[in-house]
Amino acid sequence: MTDSSGNVKIIAIVCNWCSYAGADGAGTARLKQPYDFRVMRVPCTGRVDPLLALKAFEKGADGVLISGCHPGDCHYSEGNYYARRKFELLKRMLPHLGIEPERYTYTWVSASEAARWQQVVTNFVTKVGELGPRQGGAL
Amino acid sequence: MRIGVFICHCGTNIAATVDSHGLAERAAELKDVVHTEDVMYTCSEPGQAGIQRAIREKGLTRVVVAACSPQMHEVTFRRCVEDAGLNPHLFEMANIREHCSWIHDDKELATEKAYEIIKMAVAKVRTAEPLFPNEVDVNKDVLVIGGGVAGIQVALDLADAGLKVTIVERETTIGGTMARLDKTFPTIDCSACILTPRMVDAAHHENITIMAYSEVDRVQGYVGNFVVDIKRKAAMVDWNRCIGCELCVQKCPARGPDYFNAGLAETKAIYIPFPQAVPKRAAIQTDYCRWFQQGKCRVCSRVCPANAIDYDQQDTYVQRKVGAIVVATGMDVFPWEEYYPQYGGGRIPDVISGLQYERMLNASGPTGGHVHRISNHEEPKTVVFIQCVGSRDEAVGRPYCSSVCCMYTAKQAILTKSHCGDDTDVYVFYIDIRATGKGYEEFIKRAQSEFGVNYVRGRVSKLYEDNGKVMVRGMDTLLGHQVEIPADLVILATGTTSAEGAPQLAQTLNISYDEFGFFKESHPKLRPVETNTAGIFLAGACQSPKDIPTSVAQASGTASKVLGLLAKDKLKTSPEVAVVDQSRCVGCWKCIDVCPFSAPEKQELRDGTSRSHVIETVCQGCGICVATCPVNCISLKGFTTDSLIDQLEEALLG
Ligand SMILES: Cc1cc2nc3c(=O)[nH]c(=O)nc-3n(C[C@H](O)[C@H](O)[C@H](O)COP(=O)(O)OP(=O)(O)OC[C@H]3O[C@@H](n4cnc5c(N)ncnc54)[C@H](O)[C@@H]3O)c2cc1C
Ligand code: FES
Repeated sequence: MTDSSGNVKIIAIVCNWCSYAGADGAGTARLKQPYDFRVMRVPCTGRVDPLLALKAFEKGADGVLISGCHPGDCHYSEGNYYARRKFELLKRMLPHLGIEPERYTYTWVSASEAARWQQVVTNFVTKVGELGPRQGGAL
Repeated sequence: MRIGVFICHCGTNIAATVDSHGLAERAAELKDVVHTEDVMYTCSEPGQAGIQRAIREKGLTRVVVAACSPQMHEVTFRRCVEDAGLNPHLFEMANIREHCSWIHDDKELATEKAYEIIKMAVAKVRTAEPLFPNEVDVNKDVLVIGGGVAGIQVALDLADAGLKVTIVERETTIGGTMARLDKTFPTIDCSACILTPRMVDAAHHENITIMAYSEVDRVQGYVGNFVVDIKRKAAMVDWNRCIGCELCVQKCPARGPDYFNAGLAETKAIYIPFPQAVPKRAAIQTDYCRWFQQGKCRVCSRVCPANAIDYDQQDTYVQRKVGAIVVATGMDVFPWEEYYPQYGGGRIPDVISGLQYERMLNASGPTGGHVHRISNHEEPKTVVFIQCVGSRDEAVGRPYCSSVCCMYTAKQAILTKSHCGDDTDVYVFYIDIRATGKGYEEFIKRAQSEFGVNYVRGRVSKLYEDNGKVMVRGMDTLLGHQVEIPADLVILATGTTSAEGAPQLAQTLNISYDEFGFFKESHPKLRPVETNTAGIFLAGACQSPKDIPTSVAQASGTASKVLGLLAKDKLKTSPEVAVVDQSRCVGCWKCIDVCPFSAPEKQELRDGTSRSHVIETVCQGCGICVATCPVNCISLKGFTTDSLIDQLEEALLG
């Protein structure tokens, strides 16, 4: 695990019931993770307006990761289904806004997948780290 | 606005990697923060008293605690600030333990990150508003899913306390795995003698309704007010008429697989699993019935004295309203045949599972309690047990210990000696012996010294047939040499898995489950029988592999939690719900389309137009409508868009 803080800023928006708990589990298991991400908790990925991800880019984020319960497992049954459609659209829209699509990802991590959480953040932070800070653009 | 920030050391859990004291000094400079403190254990009694003192003396109007996960202590601290006169929602936690100190090593970087996490929490608490819960009526009836020993225990405890309980069991009888066992460790008392009276108690209890051969189809609602649709599967027998006389079973000419006897025998196409079944009612396995398959027969209908056979019966659905749900769906035996080709993959007749052997030992089982080889029905002279088949084996994706196999193997080894005589050679191949319960280690010792069971430490690499024997090849790792034993009968101590369909049930209930299908408790130590979905509880082996004493103890624990919940006549609902700004609502009704709980409704205004309105006590606070509303007129209390954007700013700027 890299102990050096890179120079990128990454926002992880996670749902309370699965991914936040998965990240907690990773902490409890002392699974080392990169420094360069900040977690923001929401009740459900269904709460996440894709504009929030754009807002993060506008405010200077170099990467945005959204994670919720696996399809079918949403605490509110269907939140992540609605979310998935919007997140997918956002992914296709980003290049038109001058944002590399690699700077944005959405995924699913359950409450018991501590190791998967570690893997997801590590991979994402590494990838965005390689791209470096975001330069200019419309946002 | 006067914000107080309390930064926990958590002993060294946080302070070893994060400079809590330094953070307290820095946080004092944040906007609106008038008081900061670093505390050894914030959640402790003096820690909480310190927060309350600061609220009073410094006139704090909002509080941030930077410590562990909100899932751990948000409730604790909300109560703490409330006791000091603050609205509990004017409080926020910054998770600098699970999300920072525990996942990093470099103190400087971790402290910097912790500071940003605290800044985000301060930003969030700044936007917080006092929120007040609503109250809803509580339905005091309970649904128990699964009628094994755990489900029966929960049901009896609750029914004795005066609550009305419905047990939904998917087989035609309650009893679960325990009904299939012969004797039980560590006392070697007869399983049926303990269990069947409890089954009868449940059946006769005025407060218990048993719905056998039924499954939960749909669950709506929320804690205190669930609405459950239950599918009653067609048994092709009218159970109101069936008297359980078994005449049909005797006369039925067709055979089908015998689930109850774990495939050790066949049953008739119309069957009653075992003589003490509760309810004792017949059902037709239509896949094997001649009438359903070939269009002729109808023998059962001719012999039935009660005129109960109904070939046209359809599944029916009933609805129950309950306040709480207990899941007690237990476990299944690991399907070893698919995973262990080296043990013959099920093709060597004299290699059987622990559960099959349990049926063979049972006096009311298919062999009448006579132990014999499957291949030639002779009594075995050499019996070998192999432990950890489908447990503690990464190669088959089962890293966990099934917790009962060491003990049931010792039990079966002892019973082998008493069934087949002292001169029978009995070997047990093991990795380690796990005997942690009361009287368990002594039981293993008895098997070894009193009954002369040979324990061989090592894994068996191969089983193969040779000259009418099953050759057992393995390593004795204590003596360090290969062993090869010609056995007459080999019993695999097959591990346990979650019940078939457990993940699907979890999705129906909106509860969490792990990669093996075991349901996830809310907290492993503090909330071991609750799930993260309020009002849904767990009991028995569905949560993790367990033996009977532990399942029953947990079941009673679960019952007490349910009683605690339902002792109240009203429940407070979370005030973190959606609210519509009706002045901006355009009446597109998209919120009504997407809400999984039907919380938004059309409300007619005085001018005759309609706007959306969210029923607070129905809203579960997911926020799907908020992200859907095209004019942004819905807001989620506690998670407003402003609060999210403010957090983003803190995390990203400066
Ligand atoms: C071979 C073997 C030997 C054992 N020997 C011993 C022993 O000697 N001593 C001991 O203490 N323990 C022993 N155990 C363990 C013991 O069987 C378990 O501890 C016990 O059965 C757990 O009870 P339960 O009620 O949680 O689950 P179960 O007994 O598995 O009951 C679960 C019930 O739920 C039902 N169900 C499942 N899914 C659904 C659904 N979706 N809807 C409705 N109903 C459903 C099932 O049909 C079943 O009736 C043994 C286990 C095995 C496999
Ligand atoms: S609660 Fe996790 S995605 Fe809906």
